[in-house]
Amino acid sequence: MAKYLLLKHYRGGPTPHPNAAAGMDEWTPEEITAHIDFMRKVADDLRERGEFVSEQALAPEGEFVRYGGEGRPPVTDGPFAETKDLIAGWMIIDVDSKERAYEAAAYLSSAPGKDGKPLHEWLEVRPFYGVPPVVE
Amino acid sequence: MIDDNLLRDLTPQVLGVLVRRGADFSAAEDAVQDALVEALRRWEDGAPDDPRAWLVTVAWRRFLDARRSASARALREIAVEREPGAGPAEQADDTLLLLSRCCHPALTPASAIALTLRAVGGLTTAQIARAFLVPESTMAQRISRAKRTLAGERFERPGDVRAVLRVLYLMFDQGFVGASPNAGEADLAEEAIRLTRQLAASVPDDPEAAGLLALMLLHHARRAARFDASGDLVALADQDRSRWDTAMIAEGVELLQDALARDRLGEYQVQAAIAALHDDAASAEETDWTQILEWYDELARIVPVNPVVALNRAVAVGHVDGPLAGLRAVEELDAALPRREAVMAYLQERAGNTAQAARLYAAAAERAPSTAERTHLLKQAARLNQNRSTPS
Repeated sequence: MAKYLLLKHYRGGPTPHPNAAAGMDEWTPEEITAHIDFMRKVADDLRERGEFVSEQALAPEGEFVRYGGEGRPPVTDGPFAETKDLIAGWMIIDVDSKERAYEAAAYLSSAPGKDGKPLHEWLEVRPFYGVPPVVE
Repeated sequence: MIDDNLLRDLTPQVLGVLVRRGADFSAAEDAVQDALVEALRRWEDGAPDDPRAWLVTVAWRRFLDARRSASARALREIAVEREPGAGPAEQADDTLLLLSRCCHPALTPASAIALTLRAVGGLTTAQIARAFLVPESTMAQRISRAKRTLAGERFERPGDVRAVLRVLYLMFDQGFVGASPNAGEADLAEEAIRLTRQLAASVPDDPEAAGLLALMLLHHARRAARFDASGDLVALADQDRSRWDTAMIAEGVELLQDALARDRLGEYQVQAAIAALHDDAASAEETDWTQILEWYDELARIVPVNPVVALNRAVAVGHVDGPLAGLRAVEELDAALPRREAVMAYLQERAGNTAQAARLYAAAAERAPSTAERTHLLKQAARLNQNRSTPS
């Protein structure tokens, strides 16, 4: 088993599929409900398969922070309205293979959008570090 | 006071009896859990003379009650072939039956490991979930899904011992996360050893079961030396050998010798033989690489296409025929192999090509499959780079 992070971006990544061109505010309320129901179903399916670890959504706001030196407050920078990449949230899964992780990501990416068509949204899939084997 | 270890040892035995009698796996487990709860209540003033028989009787009654209320038809399908014997032979059969059921080839290794830890190891779902860093509900689903996969398959006779060995090997090899886990947490390496001990006792004529147990002990004996005080991985050559568990090594060697004497070689016996040769060396320099290489050649004959074996063999070649010969052996292997650059770095350093070794260690660190290995490889690169920048 290996853990994978399925990373959802507000911005960044390859060119979006045409189905994902319209912002959610251009969808109908029913389309938004259908989309959210689908995301819930994906998580439930992964739970049922014993593969679900966790999921979190992130607010788009935020700043960069770093150490400011001894006795000084933290240094902040941002927010950057136009940064290239902005993470929207993630799901962590624990699966048997990389192929299975990609399959789960593709399933998540098939969530319906405007006119009920699959969004084909890009998801970034990143493996977690594992444990070193004992037998050398 | 009730002895927890006694209950843990008896749980799989009782479960095994119920499964052997034809009970459905999930129902049998529920019945055993009920019997354990009742035991906790009734044994307050001391366990009965034969606690195993007591648990079998109560669990079987619970199972029948549940079945009766569930379906009269199902009851007819239950074949009680014989009364449960309390003798060691029946116990051994039950352990094997249960293990081969939990490690059924229809299950993925991860599911088989979880189910085995639950049903035979007697761990709680919460403990197993913590060991694999997943939520308890996810682990509960994984286990019940595994049980569903097995539902409908009858297991009157023990299944494939090879499949059981494979699952226990993976449990041991992948389950090790560092030094000893915190109190109350499952120690998967220890669990794997305990279960392999039970398996080896139930198939005394199978040298591979003994070989696997030996392999585990011969590696587990080095556990205390495998990580330094700050938790970083220590390579075999750099380990403080005085911290190795000599009693455990002695047990492993004895098991291995008995297994090898049966003259039916298998991959676990060979791997154990390699581990024993490493354990036998008082210092890394005294390692008998010639014999190790012979065993790797033997292993390559038994498991023909195994890139991990081929890579480890190249290290042995490097020690016997020189690092350049070792490098030639690596070059024949798939460039995408994990840890390939790490082995090349090691051999290049031995060949005196420090700059190249440092570069390879750094590249290997980038591709390391675990943080422990990454840190270790980065330190190797840093050590070589530092030596180069400060000529003595």
